[in-house]
Amino acid sequence: MANQHNPSNEQLLALYERMLLIRRMEERLRADAAAGKLPGAVHLYIGQEAIAAGVCAQLRGSDWITSTHRGHGHFLGKGGDPKAMMAEIWGKRTGICKGMGGSMHVADLSKGILGANGIVGGGLAIAVGAAFGAMLAGDGKVAVAFFGDGAANQGVFMECLNVSTLWKLPIIFVCEHNQFCEFTPSATVTAGQIADRARAFKIPCAVVDGNDVAEVWAAAGDAVERARAGGGASYIEAQTYRIQGHLEAEALFLAGGKYREEREIDEWRKRDPLERLRERLLSSGAASEEALNAVDLRVAPIVEGSARFAEESEPADPELALQVMFSGQRP
Amino acid sequence: MARKRYIQAVNEALFEEMERDPKVIVFGEDVELAIFGDTRGLLERFGRNRIRNTPICEATLAGMAVGAAAAGFRVVLHMMFSNFIYTGFDAIANQMAKLRLMTGGQIELPITILAGYGGGRANAAQHSDTPHPLLMNLGGVNVLVPATPADAKGLLKEAIRGHNPTFFLEASGRGGDSGEVPDGEYTVPFGKAAVARAGRDVTIVAIGSMLKPALAAAEKLHAAGIQAEVIDPRTLVPLDEQAILASVGKTGRAIIVDEARDRCSAASHIAAVVADKAFAALRAPVKRITVPNVAMPYAPNAEMHVFPSDDQIARVATELVRFRTQ
Repeated sequence: MANQHNPSNEQLLALYERMLLIRRMEERLRADAAAGKLPGAVHLYIGQEAIAAGVCAQLRGSDWITSTHRGHGHFLGKGGDPKAMMAEIWGKRTGICKGMGGSMHVADLSKGILGANGIVGGGLAIAVGAAFGAMLAGDGKVAVAFFGDGAANQGVFMECLNVSTLWKLPIIFVCEHNQFCEFTPSATVTAGQIADRARAFKIPCAVVDGNDVAEVWAAAGDAVERARAGGGASYIEAQTYRIQGHLEAEALFLAGGKYREEREIDEWRKRDPLERLRERLLSSGAASEEALNAVDLRVAPIVEGSARFAEESEPADPELALQVMFSGQRP
Repeated sequence: MARKRYIQAVNEALFEEMERDPKVIVFGEDVELAIFGDTRGLLERFGRNRIRNTPICEATLAGMAVGAAAAGFRVVLHMMFSNFIYTGFDAIANQMAKLRLMTGGQIELPITILAGYGGGRANAAQHSDTPHPLLMNLGGVNVLVPATPADAKGLLKEAIRGHNPTFFLEASGRGGDSGEVPDGEYTVPFGKAAVARAGRDVTIVAIGSMLKPALAAAEKLHAAGIQAEVIDPRTLVPLDEQAILASVGKTGRAIIVDEARDRCSAASHIAAVVADKAFAALRAPVKRITVPNVAMPYAPNAEMHVFPSDDQIARVATELVRFRTQ
């Protein structure tokens, strides 16, 4: 039965559609990166879609999120426009940031997306500041800081846990534990359990299967409700796995070097969040094959249309940097 | 108009802007108690939703300033000593200074960062720095170095009402000097230098706290028959190049006095601007009077030894006036 901890069939189907959109967009970017069509690096979210989709489904349009260098999923999860994201990654003037930010900086302030971020841990304090603002304004907004296991080793993480707990800020720290800090297995550079760091502050913690969207969704629901009710910060650790490399084209500079085994990736492919949700929908009778195929048919033209829009758009305005560096003054 | 100390002028500007706009908030380490005096009385008047002490965590505070500004507030972040800007530098250099461009201009960040800067008080190297050249180089932040109480008030009010991240570096050691400060509404625009003293023989561009020795030097030079013009840029980003070039166009000689270390100082930048854009007017080499490329020593005599002095400024000015090309 659908309740706060069990999404309804309609909610599950909506989560499936959002996850599939993220997956197909990322697959398209993977292909375009391999074809050498993209000007900069892309860090893909394949395998982690359940986290952005599950958390963002609990948020309002006006709530804030900060994201990471692996930020396309959060952007799309929070309702960012696929065309504008794709064009941004292509460096086009029709991009959401007019080609000034690129893949690592997709942001849409009108949707509360304070931006992907190229600095590991860079979004944490910005989310805390937005939550501080929400608390002072009393506007009922909450902030979500998405970050990775790598960022958890930045000192700023401890600082943010401290001040958020101290002031009971409406914030949810969502650690996407994807097992890798760039090219280094997380376990080799991380002491203890990351969640214990949050527990030390007595912050409510949920360690969930990040490849199970219903689990993520339920944990996020609890955390968002707590934040809105003035109950302060929460920590969610979503255990997952980075299927793609740190970035596309990494093979070029790894030059044969390896930081993980193919076997391990295959093991995690068996726990693919989309496949699991598909199985669940079918086996429970929540959705038919036809219904799921219809989702595919809705998503495919969005992805294709976004890629075509990006490819056909005009390049960025090279003078724009001088105009937007400051508000109302020349640099 | 009343005579006030520098720190009182800063305090007055904060009071007035917090009264004027409920979106102005102040946070930082020890701001409730106001150890410098500049935030004194704000807590009693405005309460902890407008001004509050924070933990000592500059990287987070600078990042929070970005988030709170994005959420609609006008943030005044007090970083106490300017060296602590370095502790928060990731969020300053990578987020605050770049977010507006990276978002294609979607975001405005009305953030004012206060910090006391400079040496001369035996605070040793980690409490005496002059980070304005580093901040000038970031590109996305304004850099203010008001030298007088009136400019401190006028520029701070302008900064708080502004639309961009702005560093307000206080030359306020031990409360700073006294001067006449206009009552009530008074703002000073960015990018407008002040002619602190008019003269025809040599231009002395004095940055921030260097205004005082520059004016003292001008007085000594006057006694020796040399009329120095002292220009106070007041803001380094944006920089009033026209005022500096106009003065050098008249005098043909330029000295820039800066408390920063010499290499890539504000003085270096201004010297380059003068060499580039006032070349035809120059009758002597452009001179920089700065601090050698050392950290500030602790012992007062050692500190004074590296500091620009009025005697040094007067000596260099005299050399320039006597300079003859072969």
